[in-house]
Amino acid sequence: MSTTTTTTAGGVKVIKPTVNSYIRDYWGRVRGGDLGTLPAILGLIVLSLIFGISTDTFFSGLNFANLFNQSAQVIFIAMGLVFVLLLGEIDLSAGFASGVCGAVVAILLTNHGWEWYTAIPAALVTGLVIGFVLGFLVAKIGIPSFVVTLAAFLGFQGLLLVLLGGGTNISTRDEFFNSLNNDNLSPVWSWILTIVAIVGYAGVQLNNVRSRAKRGLVTDPMGIVAMRIGGLAALLIIGTAILSQERAINPAINSLKGVPIVVPIMGIFLVIWTFVLGRTAYGRHVYAVGGNTEAARRAGIKVDRIRISVFVIGSFMAAIGGIMAVSRASSVDPNTGGSNILLYSVGAAVIGGTSLFGGKGKVINAVIGGAVIAVIDNGMGLLGFSSGTKYIVTGLILLVAASVDALARRRAAATGNR
Amino acid sequence: MAATPLLELNGINKGFGPVQVLHDVGLSVYPGEVTALVGDNGAGKSTLVKCISGIYQIDSGTVTFEGNPVSIHGPSDASSLGIEVVYQDLALCDNLDVVQNMFLGREKKRGIVLDEPTMEQMAGDALASLSVRTLKSLRQLVASLSGGQRQTVAIAKAVLWNSKVVILDEPTAALGVAQTAQVLELVRRLADNGLGVVLISHNMNDVFAVSDRIAALYLGRMAAQVKTTDVTHSQVVELITAGRSGNIGLPPEKPADFNGDAVDITPGGDK
Repeated sequence: MSTTTTTTAGGVKVIKPTVNSYIRDYWGRVRGGDLGTLPAILGLIVLSLIFGISTDTFFSGLNFANLFNQSAQVIFIAMGLVFVLLLGEIDLSAGFASGVCGAVVAILLTNHGWEWYTAIPAALVTGLVIGFVLGFLVAKIGIPSFVVTLAAFLGFQGLLLVLLGGGTNISTRDEFFNSLNNDNLSPVWSWILTIVAIVGYAGVQLNNVRSRAKRGLVTDPMGIVAMRIGGLAALLIIGTAILSQERAINPAINSLKGVPIVVPIMGIFLVIWTFVLGRTAYGRHVYAVGGNTEAARRAGIKVDRIRISVFVIGSFMAAIGGIMAVSRASSVDPNTGGSNILLYSVGAAVIGGTSLFGGKGKVINAVIGGAVIAVIDNGMGLLGFSSGTKYIVTGLILLVAASVDALARRRAAATGNR
Repeated sequence: MAATPLLELNGINKGFGPVQVLHDVGLSVYPGEVTALVGDNGAGKSTLVKCISGIYQIDSGTVTFEGNPVSIHGPSDASSLGIEVVYQDLALCDNLDVVQNMFLGREKKRGIVLDEPTMEQMAGDALASLSVRTLKSLRQLVASLSGGQRQTVAIAKAVLWNSKVVILDEPTAALGVAQTAQVLELVRRLADNGLGVVLISHNMNDVFAVSDRIAALYLGRMAAQVKTTDVTHSQVVELITAGRSGNIGLPPEKPADFNGDAVDITPGGDK
């Protein structure tokens, strides 16, 4: 383990990390309570292996593709909830907000004959307005977010019933709209997007190293950077390869191959929000307000605006979740966004490693946590468990995740990592 | 010493509802000098600092900065003037690293993207100019720093922004002996670099060790602003606890309160 001492700009001595010391540091942080997505990834692997071994169909291409379609709504809502949770707030209304936005899009498409390119923006604007109202009530009036969004949860449930005329089912027939969360990209496009994603990721990583090295700053060791790029590339290539296979039960009638359309949409939002949180001043301020509101205020950050904005993002993403849910079912009913959707979404963010106490979390947490929940739901369904058992197991996993979060915080407090 | 104060407050009033916290407070801060702001608990030190830094709005009074009257409506007004406050509770975000904390609220950007390399470099330069060589990494989370290191990061923030006035609220309150000495040395170095430094402290040893002037607040009034060399330890303590000491300090509210006058006929009475 050779470490060379180097001097950064300005003369503050720091150690130049090697692959070994980087891994040791990472392990040290994990032991110190900074777990990140590690538990969720381990859980995902373990669960997949269990279900893969105990069922024939879990690892089939058809089921793999289904996982994405099934989990889309939860993952989109969870991405928005990450922002809300980062401030230590909660949005209990996200589920029914997604239902309301889904109803808006369905009503406009079916009852009013709007085109998808006007109906979808209308639903998104609905989400923005909902988020602004929630955020305003929390930030400016000062009502606890739990109460505001609990009221909104009930209100939106009612609004959804009113919009649907007391419980009718409105189906959507717009082809493009229904394809969003049902159809697949052609294998050619699947591969093109996979390559674009890998090249883009590699470009960002290498550019990062280059621009830091140019200034004489400490960079991540090349070995680690290569491992990251290689890991992502392997994951995406394997995934695309599986999804590019014919997976229809009867290909002659209806051929099914390629990456589900919803995957690149998820990818785009994952990249956008990760960029916003990690690379913009706005994202930095979100973390700051979540970590120490008073310090953020003293630093001149407009705390109220940040607070409103996270609810706006939360409800906006809920609107997208709603659109995906309606597209998936090709219809909207009074329970779209109801039942366990909200709790699954909060669960996804928390299982993925976002702290309920604020200040810690990433958008990728929503995706990984959402995958864990989808795998449990899907795998236990394949094993023939009743939904009662599924809920119990999902509840237990959420409890485990929340305990990990709480214990990690205690550990971190003891080791001075937080 | 420079003749014109860098920052001058006159007749500052501040109340919260029925409670009047500051009464006609005046304060002058000179470049290159450490002005110690002393006073008992509840004397209004922290309120005064928050008025200067824009967290509270003053009810009345004038603030003059470099000879020009200014009005401070928020923290960003104060920082754009070059007034930097290092708070007692440090006001650092534990979940952010050293660089992120030092640039919080004033991030360097290229377009909309944060310019991390530039920020890291500037943060390194600022810390080095304060002879800080103990951090493992500039990307270390503030949560993992010791009290002295946190204080250093908070003070380095002031250097980073080429501030003209730095206000330190009890910077040594939570520190051990060695760390206190380091921070005081840092305070002196800030003043020697030409900054106007306001040091709030309860510790008379600290005050006499580094300050050039002492301003004593008593129940929301400025009792006196004196040169450190002109007063003794016990005089300052009297200013803090009684609002006056001999013939310096606040005038008596009732003649009977003023021992100096009451015993005027006694030869050798303390004037």
